[in-house]
Amino acid sequence: MDQITPADEARPPVRNTPVISVRGLSKTYDGGFEALKKIDLDIRQGEIFALLGPNGAGKTTLISIICGIVTPTAGEITAAGHNIVSDYRAARYKIALVPQELATDAFESVWATVSFSRGLYGRPPDPALIEQILRDLSLWDKRKEKIMNLSGGMKRRVMIAKALAHEPDILFLDEPTAGVDVELRRDMWALVRGLRERGVTIILTTHYIEEAEEMADRIGVINNGELIIVEDKATLIKKLGKKQLTLNLQEPLEAIPTELSEWSLALKAGGAELEYTFDVNDEHTGVPSLLRRMSDIGIGFKDLNTRQSSLEEIFVSLVRRPQ
Amino acid sequence: MSETLPAFNTHGVFAIYRFEIARAARTILQSLLTPVITTSLYFIVFGAAIGSRIDEIGGVSYGAFIVPGLIMLSLFTESLSNASFGIYFPKFTGTIYEILSAPISAFEIVLAYVGAAATKSIILGLVILATARLFVPFEIAHPGWTIGFLVLTATTFSLFGFIIGVWAKSFEQLSFVPMLVVTPLTFLGGAFYSIDMLPPFWRTVALFNPVVYLISGFRWSFFGEGDVGVAVSLAATLGFFTLCLVIVWWIFRTGYRLKS
Ligand SMILES: Nc1ncnc2c1ncn2[C@@H]1O[C@H](COP(=O)(O)OP(=O)(O)OP(=O)(O)O)[C@@H](O)[C@H]1O
Ligand SMILES: [Mg+2]
Repeated sequence: MDQITPADEARPPVRNTPVISVRGLSKTYDGGFEALKKIDLDIRQGEIFALLGPNGAGKTTLISIICGIVTPTAGEITAAGHNIVSDYRAARYKIALVPQELATDAFESVWATVSFSRGLYGRPPDPALIEQILRDLSLWDKRKEKIMNLSGGMKRRVMIAKALAHEPDILFLDEPTAGVDVELRRDMWALVRGLRERGVTIILTTHYIEEAEEMADRIGVINNGELIIVEDKATLIKKLGKKQLTLNLQEPLEAIPTELSEWSLALKAGGAELEYTFDVNDEHTGVPSLLRRMSDIGIGFKDLNTRQSSLEEIFVSLVRRPQ
Repeated sequence: MSETLPAFNTHGVFAIYRFEIARAARTILQSLLTPVITTSLYFIVFGAAIGSRIDEIGGVSYGAFIVPGLIMLSLFTESLSNASFGIYFPKFTGTIYEILSAPISAFEIVLAYVGAAATKSIILGLVILATARLFVPFEIAHPGWTIGFLVLTATTFSLFGFIIGVWAKSFEQLSFVPMLVVTPLTFLGGAFYSIDMLPPFWRTVALFNPVVYLISGFRWSFFGEGDVGVAVSLAATLGFFTLCLVIVWWIFRTGYRLKS
């Protein structure tokens, strides 16, 4: 009998040790469709990682493979240092999944189904913990209710409760906030942050970019089965973001004067606004020189504001590349 | 705090086992009453109405003679439907994701599902036996063997049911094998008659029916006599059991119809 000591103490001193490591992962479905193409990815201990990508990009496929629901065509994956195939028991012991699709037992009570999950993952019963989880997710009043009598949002919370019931170190949330009301979404964000504070690593997918912007430490963008970028959120926004300076002119312009042709400018609002787009990384942005030149040639402005492009704009520009 | 990861997921096996038993308990009326009523009807029709006009078979009254066959018939159908439904339903609703992603081995999954289905059929078999005793008097010659065959048959057909549940892609397919293969084979397999009563040609044909061996062994444990020797029956039952085990092993090795 091989006794394995799971790595509570393996919370490593070096924060950058990957808690999940994916190498050369490919998946071709039975029909011949190539859903993932040679994915390499490291998830760091304790981070919130947001996986973004359009419908059919391969997000769910990637998560399903790591969790053992789909078999990979090629590649190696370790979770918490354990190979997910040869040492699946130790790996899965650490992992929880809230899948994208709502799948619950209709006739079971909330309490029974959440307790079931804890047992299934090899943990001894702990009613106090289950109570705490149900209270945190506002399900305590519904604990005796059959799941089929719950609303869609409540069912999603039940699925989250099931995943939390076995105290995972790594939590996958596949579109946790799809079809969820504003309040529950805020609750969910709070919950995810709380989990991260307790050291849980969280990998989530979402189509709400502002969610990733709000929550994630790092962001990966997947498109057509390829991981096109993995970056710290701040770096990503800084690196790929553009800044815009908008000047509200005193007198509308018909056209951009030739004296200003050095700067990439555009006229907006029927000539009442002058818009200057520049790269954030560019040390020499040219804003002071632009303003100086404008006053030299007598173009005055009433007001100005600058704006940084959102993650959403970055995302759209990334995935809208020619195929 | 250092927790140890056990090499056997006892909690997981019990979680599934309890879940499956609870599923039957929710429909206790269907699970127990229906087979009991059906069996009683068989006794009234075959035992009392028709049986009174049939001679004793090998010194056993016809009413008593059909008891082992009837128990086997229920055991086959209930084990199949219980075990196949148990694994088919999570596939159907999508809740199978949790089983597939849990730290639980194929052996443990099968143990839990098949164990639960077999438990239910064994209880059912005993209830039918008790019901039958109300209708006809009989003695059991080898009670140890009766229990042995009961457990082995329930387990084997629960394994078989598990396979059908994994294979089935629709509810029709789920009932296809029990309805179109097992029930006819059981009726033709000597549940209601001794194959000695058949003309020689059909007797030979009947020997190709695997169910004959299963029923014969069980009947031997009751009355000390069967269509074929008890050793042959036992060997056939164990052979079928092994075949089912091999198929289940293959299913998990390849992920057949469980994983994409
Ligand atoms: N079981 C399957 N068999 C065949 N093809 C599949 C299967 N599951 C997914 N696919 C295909 O693989 C591709 C990736 O699907 P996947 O579910 O991973 O996308 P996703 O990024 O999660 O999309 P969404 O945002 O819509 O959830 C899709 O083109 C899909 O049609
Ligand atoms: Mg998806």
